[in-house]
Order: sequence, then structure tokens, then C-alpha cells
Amino acid sequence: MRLEPIKSPTLVRKLVPPAIALISTVVIASLLAMVAGANPFSVIGLILKGSFGSQFATLETLNRATPLIFTGLAVAVAFRAKFWNIGAEAQLYAGALMTVLLGTGVLPWPSFAILPLIIVASILAGAIVLLVPALLKTRFGVDEVVTTLLFNFIFLLFISMLLEGVLKDPMGMGWPKSARIIPEAKLPRIVDGLRLHWGFGLAIFSAICIWIIQTRSTLGYEMRAVGLNKDAATFAGIPVNLVIVKTALLSGGLAALAGFSEVAGLKGSLTLDLSPGFGYTGIIVAMLALLNPLGVILAALFVAGIFVGADSMSRAADVPTYLADIMLATALLLMVLAIMLTRFRVVRD
Amino acid sequence: MEIIDILFTASFWAAAIRIASPLIFATLGELICERAGVLNLGIEGIMVAGAFAGWMAVYSGTGLWTGVCVAMLVGMLFGLLHSTLTVPFGLSQHVVGLGVTLLATSSTYYAYRLALPEVTSPPKIEAFQPYEIPILSDIPLLGPALFSQTPLTYLAFVLVAVVSVVLYRTPLGLAVRAAGENPAAVAAQGLSVTAIRMGAVMVGSGLMAVGGAFLTMSAFDSFFFEMVNGRGWICIALVVFGSWRPGKALLGAVLFAAFDALQIRVQQTSLGTHIPYQIFLMMPYILSIFALILMSRRAEVPAALMVPFNKGER
Repeated sequence: MRLEPIKSPTLVRKLVPPAIALISTVVIASLLAMVAGANPFSVIGLILKGSFGSQFATLETLNRATPLIFTGLAVAVAFRAKFWNIGAEAQLYAGALMTVLLGTGVLPWPSFAILPLIIVASILAGAIVLLVPALLKTRFGVDEVVTTLLFNFIFLLFISMLLEGVLKDPMGMGWPKSARIIPEAKLPRIVDGLRLHWGFGLAIFSAICIWIIQTRSTLGYEMRAVGLNKDAATFAGIPVNLVIVKTALLSGGLAALAGFSEVAGLKGSLTLDLSPGFGYTGIIVAMLALLNPLGVILAALFVAGIFVGADSMSRAADVPTYLADIMLATALLLMVLAIMLTRFRVVRD
Repeated sequence: MEIIDILFTASFWAAAIRIASPLIFATLGELICERAGVLNLGIEGIMVAGAFAGWMAVYSGTGLWTGVCVAMLVGMLFGLLHSTLTVPFGLSQHVVGLGVTLLATSSTYYAYRLALPEVTSPPKIEAFQPYEIPILSDIPLLGPALFSQTPLTYLAFVLVAVVSVVLYRTPLGLAVRAAGENPAAVAAQGLSVTAIRMGAVMVGSGLMAVGGAFLTMSAFDSFFFEMVNGRGWICIALVVFGSWRPGKALLGAVLFAAFDALQIRVQQTSLGTHIPYQIFLMMPYILSIFALILMSRRAEVPAALMVPFNKGER
């Protein structure tokens, strides 16, 4: 068999494969739930109910989507330029670290200036963490997939060291946990009394900014050109290495905002379980969004919905929560295949 | 001085060889995939799946070697999934690889929860025991280090030789290497690039799974979450470090393992008690990155690595 590009795909061609991918994911998840002894027809309903079925559930899903929008954007920006940043987890923790370093009242700044300062510092911290793999790539040609992956392990150990050392909260009853940030460093809630913080607003705002950068700026054009064809970009006079470094700074900064928003909006302090793999899940979010910054918002809501919904489904139907991860992995693999099939036809030799 | 003393104990080198064994299997597996032109980032998840499958098989009553075969088979299944998506369909090897890692890891954990719903600590199996090779194991220092290992470790070393010979001395190996260097030339010879690449990824994934199984069936006797703990990613670094050659990759794996064994021992010396243990745990990862920096300039990357081959295209 071989693949033949389709010149002008019909609407049916554009919609049917992704729809089949989505339906197949649901069917596979239902079958797996049946293996676990649950009623296969109730599983998806339970997940939907648990994720968007009530005001509480919906807000929980939006909260869970917030860090995923940031890490999804970080990955989308990087992957667009074919810079494979698999290290959003480390950059997330860099942002969270900066937030507790500056947010625990060490700064004699007026209260209105504290949050903006922390945001800028977090972005810088994440950018610097990703700068190292970016420079290793542009200077020495070291593959960034491996370095960013290994940095995740290194940075998490570094955080663990700080939490058991200098950053350890003396009031923390011996737990490896940082002190709490002061109220001025907290992200306020969007509506009083409802558990949704302004991190969500910041995430939406970031997505729009990235969309503008990608579609309306020279940098966006250069990043796309580098991603499509490095040699052609070089030939066109684009400073490829510089664009890669800029991409890395942007990507790292975005991932760091996820850490900032989790600490300043939700948790209030830094622990080692701040992120249940938001950095890695960001890759799924970005791919489901076809690397489109606005699509990242929708994809993050979808992924967060599955996680939150699976949590409550797991309690109700006694199915292991790992079903959520299986669903996401299946959705990811089937969706990249489906997207390819909207543009190519499989021809038998 | 304590560090020098450690380097001359047989138990240190025995530990190094033991730590190297799973890395050797998985590095060979990744090397075969990449030699055929496919980057397999599914390695981390496939090792998890292999670790569980082999252990679970033995726990359910099969023999140890049957367990190894079960692990290998499960690895090959994930390899089939990976290669179907990346070879004939030519999808992004990065995305598919990470997807396979997530799928393999989560379905393993799911299966574990279903198989053992109520346990707090995972049950143990009768793992592979060390087998002392007669005469050779009596050699001072070298004997206890190299020749008093479990059969799986011997298998790992034998496989390095086998993979070397097959890759460099047989038509099959030539075809695999050519598929990673110049697939068009392979197709011109009337061979199927798709078949060669898919076969290589399946065999390679099988070896990765055996590497995972070594952890549950030889190094330990039980399955834990997070037990693979980034070893797969280290193996990807080791392939680069070894310049895509089995012998050099073996050397890299042993060096890496020796360093890992050393950091565990230094932690217990008087020097180690003054340094946070996280610094020691970081060392293997930092070392891998330095190795990559050192080697990347000289590395001879397979020319068609990560380049999909579509016959119709010219």
C-alpha cells in the first residue's frame, strides 16, 4: 500500500475519520470498563455526568483544564517549529518554584505589584529551564527529545531536594512541602464563592496571544517556516537557530505559567505532587488541538473532562481510574491517524 | 579513598553488571528500531508492560522462561501497533512513540488493578537465581562480577554478539541497515521497506519488553509502579552514545551502570551523608546528558532515521 495526497478533500472526507476515531475511543473504553465488571453502556454517561453534569463538576473541570491549556500551548508552540519539548513538566515546576520563592512574603513590594512580578519571574524561570536543551541543540546538535525528558527527572529531584532542605515548611509537620504563599500573591477567584480562579482567565488570554503571534507576526511565520522545512527556511534567510531559541523561551515560559497558576490559584504551596503529569498530558492536548492555540482550549477542556469524569466514574462503577489515561492514549493515536486520513488516500499497489 | 576501595570490590562490579542488564536488552531493542529508520519512543511504556507481563505470567503459574516469552510477545504487540502507525501510515514517530508509552503504561496499570484489586503490597514470585558458571566463576574479581549472574544477564551479553553478527554479517542485517540509511535503494532491490522496518520495530520492542521483565524477574521479584523510572529514556541516550553500534552501546550501558552502582555506594560513605541523596539520584541523568554532548558531534546518525518512506513519492 501507499499514500496518495488528496487535492481537495470533501467535507465528508474531513469529518468522517475524526468522528470514527472518537467513536472508537468510546467503544474501546466501554469494552475495557466491561472487563472490569461495569455496565459498558453507563460508563460514558457517568464520565459526562462527572465532568460537566453539575455546576460543581463543570468548575472542577475548568480548574483542571487551566494548567493543561498552558502546557498544551507550550507544546503546541514548540512542536509547530518541530522543537520537541517533552519537558513541560520540568518547566511547570520551575514556574511553581518561582511562585513560592517570591510569593511567601520575601518582597517588600506594594501588594498590587506582587502578582505581575511573580508572573514575569515564573515565565523567565521556565524559559531558562528550556533554554539549556535549546542551546544544546543549536550549539552541539544534541537531540532535545532526550535532554528535555531527562531534565524532567533532574528538575523533580532538584525540587525534592529543596522541599526537604531550604524550602521545607517548619510548620509542615515534617512533610516535604513549602510554606504557603501570602494572600497578596494569590490569584483571586473569578466569581466570589465559586471555586474558579483567574488562572483560567490568564490561560484563555495566553491562548489568544499565542494565536495572534502565530498568525499575525513575523516570529509566528518564522516558527512555521522552520517547522515545515529547515533548509528552505535557511535559504530564505531565516536565522533558524535563533528562531529555535525564541521558540524554546516562549514554550518554557508558557509551561511555567501552569505551575504558577496551580500554586497561586489552587494549592497555595509547592509539593512534589503538584502536577500529576500535566506536562506530559500537554502533549496530548496539543496534538488533539492540531497545534492550534485556540483549539488547545477545547482540547484541554476535553482532556480535563475525561480526567475529572473518570475520577467520579471510577468511584461510582468501581473501574480503575487508569481508564482515563487509556482513553487519552487511544484518542491520541487514533486521532493522528484520522487527521492523516483526511488528507491522504490509501492506495493498494 | 573510600571510592577507590569500592571500585576494587567484586560486589560492586557484580551490581554494575546486574544494573546494566535491563539497559542492554532495551538499548539493543532501540538500536534495532533506529537502525531500520524508526525512532521508538514507546520504549519506556513497553518496558513497563514487559515488566508486568513477564511477572504476571510467572505469578499465574508458568515457568520463568515462558514468562520471558510472554513479555517479549507483549512487547512485539506494542511494536506492531507502533510500526503500523509510523511505517505504512508514516505518522510522526515522536507523537506515536509517546502515545504508545502512555497506552502501554496505563493499560499495564489498569490490568494490574484488575488482576490484583485488593493487595497493598504486590506478591512475590520465584525469580531467576544466579547461576555460577563452573571454573570461570572462580576467577578472582572477574568471576563473581561476570560469571555469577542470572541466566537473563548471560542472555543479554549473548544477544549483543548475536545482534552485532546479524547486523553486520548477514543479508538480513544489511537490509535492516539499508532501510535506515537509504530506503529507496532497498525498494529498488525489490525488498519491502515496510516489512523490514515493521519487523525491526517488532523485534526491537520485544527486546525492550524483556529488558523490563528483567526488573521483575531477575533484579527484583515483584512489580511496582514507577519501577522503570526513566530507564527507557536513558536507553535512547545510550543508543546515541554508542553511535548506533551494539558493542559500543554495551560499553555505554556497563559504564552507566557502574556509575549508578557507585553513586549508591558513595551515598553510604561518610562523604555521602553530607550531600542530599537527590544529588546522587540526579547523577545518572546528568551523566547521560553529558555523554550526549560529548558524542553528538561524532555520531553517525542513520540517514533515514525518522524519515517515513512512501513508495509513490519521488
